[in-house]
Amino acid sequence: MLAAKTIMEQGVHVEGINFFTGFCVEGHTHAIRANDKAKPKRNNSLWVAEQLGMKLHIVDVIEEYKDVLINPKHGYGAHMNPCLDCKIFMVNKAKQWIVENDFDFIITGEVIGQRPMSQRKDTMPIISRESGADDRLLRPLCAKNLPLTLPEREGWVDREKLYDFTGRSRKPQMAMARQFGFDDYAQPAGGCCFLTDANYSAKLVDLWKARDGDKQYDLDDVMLLKVGRHIRPGQNFKVIVAREEGEGRFMQGYKKEFITMNCTSHAGPLVLVDGSPSAEDLFLAARITARYGQGRNAEQVDVSITDKAGSERVIQVKPFGTEEIPQEWYI
Amino acid sequence: MVYMNRETLNARRLLCPLPVIRTQDKVKQLKSGDQLEVICTDPGVMQDIPAWCRINGHKVLETRSGDHEYIIILEVGGNG
Repeated sequence: MLAAKTIMEQGVHVEGINFFTGFCVEGHTHAIRANDKAKPKRNNSLWVAEQLGMKLHIVDVIEEYKDVLINPKHGYGAHMNPCLDCKIFMVNKAKQWIVENDFDFIITGEVIGQRPMSQRKDTMPIISRESGADDRLLRPLCAKNLPLTLPEREGWVDREKLYDFTGRSRKPQMAMARQFGFDDYAQPAGGCCFLTDANYSAKLVDLWKARDGDKQYDLDDVMLLKVGRHIRPGQNFKVIVAREEGEGRFMQGYKKEFITMNCTSHAGPLVLVDGSPSAEDLFLAARITARYGQGRNAEQVDVSITDKAGSERVIQVKPFGTEEIPQEWYI
Repeated sequence: MVYMNRETLNARRLLCPLPVIRTQDKVKQLKSGDQLEVICTDPGVMQDIPAWCRINGHKVLETRSGDHEYIIILEVGGNG
């Protein structure tokens, strides 16, 4: 937002590009969880574009992004976040876009030292080089600490009016936002990608392990890792327990792809069973289902099991006690 | 006589920003003055699709919701 505004202030026409990888935190989680109803269900990139009065292009890169996540040349960060490869990929996509749409250069809001992997003095030139953007990539917020870029050399932008921010502090950016009159802005970077989240990353690694190391995934896989409590009693199956009404409603959409369970004698959450469970496994999954329903303290609970074709049967189970589900089952 | 084309986009089960992306891609295939009815299940579209229309010069003609569905009818603006 600040980088775009800085360049727009110099009279340059700017349009935004937002890449959707499938791992973006905003939007989806807010849309799914009923508990998040108090938060505005806005897409921040659209909101920013509207505040700035610029067009925004949202690009679906779900398919192409798989290779970035599965084979990151520069490795992962603290979790499953391939930040450097991700940045190189996105800048490369932006470069392709500017060529196709007759634009002259790319700007990003990067600041040297702001992020431990992709925004370091030594990694920022790697992004310029490996993305193929080279000197057509301008970082207005820290440009004065970096070599001259094409738009500066050509006089399209005035380097003197760019900035020299460094480090993790967001105070200069906040001051700048105040100067521009922005009293509302999106959460600073880092919390916007599920791959930087330890719990999400653990679920992704578990998914790959359960598929004998096959790391391919589709959007539904990625989406389902964002919802519910994931419990894996065995290599061959796991259960996903809706944690609240919004998640339950979302998971209803997967009834044709999973065996589903819910308590019928008591209120309780919807549960999806993923994998190839045996009859014994299903009994165990039903006890987990009962554990998370209102009948958790009952001697016996009726649990409905519906297969992918919609055929339903009801079994009676004793719910697991609070301490009976081994901690290592929780992903 | 000018004929107006009206199309429907099924964006059910998609969560934002996918309904916006699908709308954006569909609008690229339409002409100025054409109408598009987008049917969604993510309530976030009631905010996002009108915002996308405003910044890209398209007009929202109608929004309505019911039975966990959210419907937006838009008219494609000058740039198509």
